[in-house]
Amino acid sequence: MAQAGRHAVVAKQVWIGAAAGFAGDRPDSSGPLIEALAQHDGPRFLIFETLAERTLALAQLDRLADPARGEVPALKRLLWPALAPCAAAGIRIIGNFGGANPFGAAAKIKAWAAELGCADLKIAVVAGDDLRGTFTAADFARLETDGTLLSGEPAIISANAYLGADAIAEALDQGADVVVTGRVADPALVLGPLKHSFGWADDDWDRLAAGILAGHLLECGSQVTGGYFADPGVKDVPGMDVLGYPIAEVDPDGTFTITKPAGTGGLVDRRTVTEQILYEIHDPAAYLTPDAILDLTQVELMEIGPDRIRVTGARGRARPETLKATVCFDGGFLAEAEISYAGQNARSRAVLAIETVVKRVARPHPSLHVRADLIGIVSVFGDTAGTLLDASIPSGQDGDLRVRFAAETSDRAAAECLLDEVEALYCAGPAGGGGVRKRLTPRLRSASCLIDRTHVTPQISLLETA
Amino acid sequence: MTRAVSLYELAHARSGDKGNRLNIAVVCREPVFFEPLRERLTEDFVARVFRERKPTAVRRYELPKLHAFNFVLDDVLDGGVNGSLGLDGHGKTLSFLLLSAEIEIPASLLDPTEGPSPEFMSGGSR
Repeated sequence: MAQAGRHAVVAKQVWIGAAAGFAGDRPDSSGPLIEALAQHDGPRFLIFETLAERTLALAQLDRLADPARGEVPALKRLLWPALAPCAAAGIRIIGNFGGANPFGAAAKIKAWAAELGCADLKIAVVAGDDLRGTFTAADFARLETDGTLLSGEPAIISANAYLGADAIAEALDQGADVVVTGRVADPALVLGPLKHSFGWADDDWDRLAAGILAGHLLECGSQVTGGYFADPGVKDVPGMDVLGYPIAEVDPDGTFTITKPAGTGGLVDRRTVTEQILYEIHDPAAYLTPDAILDLTQVELMEIGPDRIRVTGARGRARPETLKATVCFDGGFLAEAEISYAGQNARSRAVLAIETVVKRVARPHPSLHVRADLIGIVSVFGDTAGTLLDASIPSGQDGDLRVRFAAETSDRAAAECLLDEVEALYCAGPAGGGGVRKRLTPRLRSASCLIDRTHVTPQISLLETA
Repeated sequence: MTRAVSLYELAHARSGDKGNRLNIAVVCREPVFFEPLRERLTEDFVARVFRERKPTAVRRYELPKLHAFNFVLDDVLDGGVNGSLGLDGHGKTLSFLLLSAEIEIPASLLDPTEGPSPEFMSGGSR
């Protein structure tokens, strides 16, 4: 991308806060962040990361039902409280909350801005991630990596490339106060404003890598500030109920400090940052993003103050010629049902319930695989074949146990048969079973593809201001 | 002389997922644990802990500057969050399955006079 368009090059620090790490994140996170960012005399941004792999496919289903929908459902809950305060403090917002309908989301944000008395906010949309018009199911099957889920060419619900930071930077170059995207690489939400502010060149790999690392540390919100960390007595985190969300204070050379707003709960130390550095990383020498390949192996952390960690040593290499894409398709039904057994001989009664349901379901539906877990004995640690559960089921033993059954099938009748048979344990099962709950959920499956980046053209549109 | 302790006594951990692939970051509670764990917390060791899930590959990456290891286990999530029949298709809880494994380390490292500093327990700086 031409550097000529980049007019906002600054020598000051850039501060970026992360108010959401997933669509289910907490709506009151932004208040303290906005207050802290407003203190900074320099460029300041607030990001919202809200698109897990499946979230976009669910949003696409929403859009199919109603063309005005398709944004991340949490959009209003997360953004409404932040919009006017950010406008007042000159904090620019970047979020992938556009989901499957970034233009629809932008229109809503524009209407809310008017309602909130900040109608002059410039709202930009970054689109171009949707690949459904570019590739066929057969193309995706050919481009799939790490599996063959697409080989049967299933009906595709969503297919989106992970866009990089360039389009976000360009939207900011054009003066956007709010940048609404669909699928982008999560760290691009941070690298975009850094490229915009510092004017880093497209091949300044080490600095781009540093920006990607800052983005990687911010993209899960409070997971770097003491969230997902507490282990009482061993790893204590103060003020979990008022957990602060992270801020990166980034220098023009790409080194940065991770911290959190004063007066909030949580913790930023070597341990919280180290756990998050490696979160969802495979080869730490080669974290692939659309903007550069990040090498984490020389990263060093320094505790420079309370809740302040200085991060140095990110290294970068040339960006890959391919982009990752996530393809979602119909996955049939997930049937889940549970029942409890407690007190004397609970374990034996629970095991009898499992045997009974498995046999009863197998008669009409011999090919349906039913998984059973004994919550309280082995559930989340167990494997679907039940090897670990079998090894830990001696009979007898009292307890307070919950049996969970699960099966996946495209045959709705088979799924419902399992649910009915678990409910039937009320009368026709072992003694003292209670608390049946059952649920049938349509399932989405997803697969990853690698596509040549020349097939993807990000588009930036600035909404007309009123 | 060695002593068997749970990995939990020596390290903390966080899991992450990408499809059917699980990663577990294992971070030493004390820098001094890094070398003995490098020797003993091998790919084979981790593959044994997860044997019921039949990993098709286990890779270990070393991060000496962070006193940490990153383990990547292929095909252990029953298809991952969109495919698993289990309650935890992400494998979020599996960091604690690894931490519960017993491991032999030199007894001298666990000597209370030279062992983990109380600062760790309070989250103080190291």
